Amino acid sequence: MHELSLCQALIEQVEAIAREHRATRVTHILLRIGPLSGAEPELLRHAYPLVAAGSLAESAELVIEPTEIRVRCQRCGAETPAAPDRLLCGACGAWETQLISGAELLLAHLELEAPDSAP
Amino acid sequence: MCTTCGCGQTTDQVQTIQAAPASKEVVMRGLLAENDHQAAHNRAHLDACGVFAINLMSSPGAGKTSLLEATIEALKGELGIAVIEGDLETENDAERIRAKGVPAIQITTGTACHLDAQLVHRALHRLDLQGIDLLFIENVGNLVCPASFDLGQHRNVTLLSVPEGDDKPAKYPVMFRASDLILCTKADLLPFMTEFAPQRAEQHLRVLANAAPFLLVSARQPETLTSWLQWLRDELRAQRERLHAGHTTRPNLQGLSEPQADREGAIPGHTHGPRHAHV
Ligand SMILES: Nc1nc2c(ncn2[C@@H]2O[C@H](COP(=O)(O)OP(=O)(O)OP(=O)(O)O)[C@@H](O)[C@H]2O)c(=O)[nH]1
Ligand SMILES: [Mg+2]
Ligand SMILES: [Zn+2]
Repeated sequence: MHELSLCQALIEQVEAIAREHRATRVTHILLRIGPLSGAEPELLRHAYPLVAAGSLAESAELVIEPTEIRVRCQRCGAETPAAPDRLLCGACGAWETQLISGAELLLAHLELEAPDSAP
Repeated sequence: MCTTCGCGQTTDQVQTIQAAPASKEVVMRGLLAENDHQAAHNRAHLDACGVFAINLMSSPGAGKTSLLEATIEALKGELGIAVIEGDLETENDAERIRAKGVPAIQITTGTACHLDAQLVHRALHRLDLQGIDLLFIENVGNLVCPASFDLGQHRNVTLLSVPEGDDKPAKYPVMFRASDLILCTKADLLPFMTEFAPQRAEQHLRVLANAAPFLLVSARQPETLTSWLQWLRDELRAQRERLHAGHTTRPNLQGLSEPQADREGAIPGHTHGPRHAHV
């Protein structure tokens, strides 16, 4: 269950950004998570309230957006979508591909409530 | 107390908060940025000491400690070895390694199902790396979580034992994608488990776009370890050449999918200043 430690890292980063902006509350968090990242969105959602309790992000809405798995073929150069357990080129079928997306674990977007900054 | 309406704060602050629309902040940060930073620091420390580090991952009981015992036996007198043992509880594995005359630091993770760079950093501070060529980090037995955490190692080795079945790479693509070498362990059991086809296991690995070598080994049959020992020697030599040129390498990390050429580069924090640059 490393989703708990991922959530801890998330809250730390979110609070740091919120403090930089003198925000008093985080209202919205968008994560981009690839199917090959090793993190389970469902487990993250479960772990989130436990970790966020008492933080600036306690009442934030957590949105998790899955990313698409895409590979670039080293044989024919095509960029095609692929499945987690079959990272073959969709054009020529070669297995010599490079993952170009689908393994990310990103804090992509944040909405904060902050007082107007002094002029 | 209530930060939304600002009660308990002065009237001035209340007004400014209410006047402020929610500000939108666009960020793009890796959730594991802090772990990765610590891992890079660990790698720089290992590189400064000339130590080549290997992260061993597998499901529980696939034979990591037994492989280490057999490897230590085979390389005795040839290479300096140290081991960091990750386990949920007990010192058992570290004691098995120490019984072979090799320094071993046990990390007990409690409930954490994986090692992270911070834990390894603390263990490194307890380890005398003088005279050490190879550092093995035995991760917690788990085919899911350890793959996500860079520890500062140079290579990832994943064990797949014959009794687990040959379809494991297909079931745990995140782990098997992140391997620089797959050791199919307990190969002495192949004659009794004819349903395990090594070629099929290797094919499942290729379909994950992983070109890593796939080797059959048995800790019970030392003669099967030849290719594995040669891989260690070759990797160690390649790393020494890199270090000599002021470079190092990262392992095949699951989040990145970098070709080997992109994983090599100058040692961070150990770059030369302008006063003593190479010609
Ligand atoms: N037949 C056979 N059994 C093995 C071999 N290697 C290990 N075993 C047995 O498998 C069991 C587990 O071995 P360990 O080396 O403790 O496995 P491990 O991966 O270190 O286990 P954890 O650290 O608990 O995850 C023990 O009973 C070993 O004797 C092998 O090559 N052949
Ligand atoms: Mg063990
Ligand atoms: Zn192709």
